[in-house]
Amino acid sequence: MNRVLSITLIAALFIITACGGGGGKSKIDQIKEQSKMEATEAESNVPASERITLDNKGVGPIKDLPLSETIDQEMVERGKTLFSTNCSACHKIDKRFIGPSPKGIMKRRSPEWIMNMILDPQLMVEQDRCAKDLLVEFNGAAMANQNMTEEQARDILEYFRTL
Amino acid sequence: MKTNIIKNILFISALAFLFSCGQAGDRGGNGALSSNIAEKVYVAPGERDEQYAFLSGGYSGNLTVYGLPSGRLFKEIPVFSQFPTSGYGYSEETKPMLNTSFGFIPWDDLHHPDISQTNGELDGRWIFANGNNTPRIARISLTTFETEEIIEVPNSAGNHSSSFITENTEYVVAGTRFSVPVPQKDMPISEYKANFKGALTFIAVDQEHGHMDIKFQLLMPGFNYDLSHPGRGKSHGWFFFSTYNTEEANSLLEVNASQNDKDFIAAINWKKIEEYVNNGGGTKMPAKFAHNVYDESTHTATSTMKNEVLTVNPVDVPGAIYFLPTPKSPHGCDVDPNGEYIIGSGKLSANITVHSFDKMLAAIDAEKFDGDAYGIPILNYDDVLAGSVQSGGLGPLHTEFDGKGNAYTTFFISSEVVKWKLGTWEVVDRKPTYYSVGHLMIPGGNSRKPHGKYLVAMNKITKDRYLPTGPEMEHSAQIYDISGEKMELLYDFPTHGEPHYAAGCDAELLVNNSKKIYRIDENNHPYAIKSPAEARVERDGKEVHIYMSTIRSHFTPDNIEGIKVGDKVYFHITNHEQDFDVPHGFSMIGQRTSEILVMPGQTKTSLWEPERVGVWPFYCTDFCSALHQEMQGYIRVSPANSNIELSYTLDGDDI
Repeated sequence: MNRVLSITLIAALFIITACGGGGGKSKIDQIKEQSKMEATEAESNVPASERITLDNKGVGPIKDLPLSETIDQEMVERGKTLFSTNCSACHKIDKRFIGPSPKGIMKRRSPEWIMNMILDPQLMVEQDRCAKDLLVEFNGAAMANQNMTEEQARDILEYFRTL
Repeated sequence: MKTNIIKNILFISALAFLFSCGQAGDRGGNGALSSNIAEKVYVAPGERDEQYAFLSGGYSGNLTVYGLPSGRLFKEIPVFSQFPTSGYGYSEETKPMLNTSFGFIPWDDLHHPDISQTNGELDGRWIFANGNNTPRIARISLTTFETEEIIEVPNSAGNHSSSFITENTEYVVAGTRFSVPVPQKDMPISEYKANFKGALTFIAVDQEHGHMDIKFQLLMPGFNYDLSHPGRGKSHGWFFFSTYNTEEANSLLEVNASQNDKDFIAAINWKKIEEYVNNGGGTKMPAKFAHNVYDESTHTATSTMKNEVLTVNPVDVPGAIYFLPTPKSPHGCDVDPNGEYIIGSGKLSANITVHSFDKMLAAIDAEKFDGDAYGIPILNYDDVLAGSVQSGGLGPLHTEFDGKGNAYTTFFISSEVVKWKLGTWEVVDRKPTYYSVGHLMIPGGNSRKPHGKYLVAMNKITKDRYLPTGPEMEHSAQIYDISGEKMELLYDFPTHGEPHYAAGCDAELLVNNSKKIYRIDENNHPYAIKSPAEARVERDGKEVHIYMSTIRSHFTPDNIEGIKVGDKVYFHITNHEQDFDVPHGFSMIGQRTSEILVMPGQTKTSLWEPERVGVWPFYCTDFCSALHQEMQGYIRVSPANSNIELSYTLDGDDI
């Protein structure tokens, strides 16, 4: 009896699962792409917070962000206030805290990466190697999404340029 | 054995067919598969319900939010009761919400929710609900799903024919069930008759903010005013109240209030009374009642005590009030979507009485009265009767409508919902309920445009419906599909407290307005801090104010010294998160109050009066991140006479 059951069960299962298909990449393709992406970023023993990844723009809404030569002081002032309200609980200027200090960040990360990290930290941690490593380095304290607009994040970035 | 194998094979093949790629699962179809009831209420993981249902929590004092058709509970909204889950009624900001002329009352009996309307259709701005015991009306925001306002109703007792709204939310109406001396005084109970009054209160609603203010109180004869509903469409401007105990008995009402063959439905032309009042009519009377308003921008409630109410004597406004004789102590008083039929459910009757609005107006025009009661004209039963539903059931209570010409009435004694046709009064269908149904709700059923797809029957008796849980059980509810000619029982689910009535609407009316966070830059709480850098501790005599910030996953500050036994310590906690669904909680060992739950961008205050010397921990009660267990702090409590200076730090540093 068990055998008969098993056969029908397997057949039924086959019918159930066979109908998938449709659009989108298969799971296998996705995994392949993921491992390719990770392989291109060389394994490094340098802690993520000290790594220089200026060529990496990260993942998220900001694809390309050229910066002007001069620093806009009005943006800096707004950015400083926003940083104080929304970020300073975890990021201190003069020390490593819950997260890294933003001091010198412009020498380590691209403007796009910084903006994407502010705007969508969850996506970054899922898909960006450096963000992922930072999360591990900082004890799994995930960066909070503070629901900043692109303009607000841009003001904060301008403030970072002065640090 | 062999038959078993064959059975199994057949069963599995059938299953395979069900799940296979065919398009056979068409929900609206008539094929054999469409009779799959489970599929109709199954909302797959990650998918959402079609409709919201707001069920009153009865003696829980709260309002519960469910999804239809799944029957899943989404939220319990604290309204009239302290609620440790969020700190409502415990936090310093929300304590004033429960203030009354009797003082702080931590509880009430919430009965009849009603969603605000514009042009007779649900508009999804607010939901109103009545506190039955210490008469109050609450307004709950449908963007924050929080109670924003509570107004006490003076001269009322057993605030039961409430809280129903007129079709542009001009008024929320609150009628008294128990008549009482007005004003209250020391007098023999036996002198009830002709001396007690029944107050029907019309509370004006400010259209911008929803703020409530008593416009006038109609002091009616000393009957019991049981339920009410507004006119709509052509009968907009009128309000209808069912009455019982027109005998004016003051004891053993079970017998003594069931003597008259007919009681009344009171028809009240409120527009006429409004005009009278606007022209200076009515009498101002001293009356103490609390008005509590919660301000979303300060996250704080204030309570104001009012001292006066405008009363109207019915005989002073001739032509505004009439009595419609209605058999057998009518309970439900419902008005159909077109505003023509007023349905009175004589709760001791087998039949349902339907009055006609047009016939009522004609009888009034012709001045065909059958005497009066305390100066209020009584119309002839036969002159106003539209028809009577020979239901075959027993104990009709409440009626809702599907917008397709059908009415649905619950029958308490015979435990069923009966579907009948408006106009022909013929019974179309009946389905049992489990057991002893009270109210029923069709989303939008109390408006011009019901969304007649589902019907929820709310029962008074549960008995064997669920796994037993000792003598006390939650009340049962059933969901019926009413999209076809015959009702179909879909699902059965337990409710919380005792639902008396409910209100429901399509999900899209509310989904996009539902607030996700409070913006920190819009936080005007006097003790809010806009940045963790502003965190501090200040002493003012024995009062200590701690301005504290939270973010995943630490408090700023988290080490505080210099607190002394006998201090009154206020924790003002601002949640600096700005992401959806990241509240932080706060609780302190030995604190004689509940925890508080602080939403992103919000500030809440928790009081602690330390009684013992030592170093005492506090922690976050809401699992906020992977490092939630690390979200804690310590407070050093020194003897009352100690010289330890106030200090507060985070990670060893001053803030």
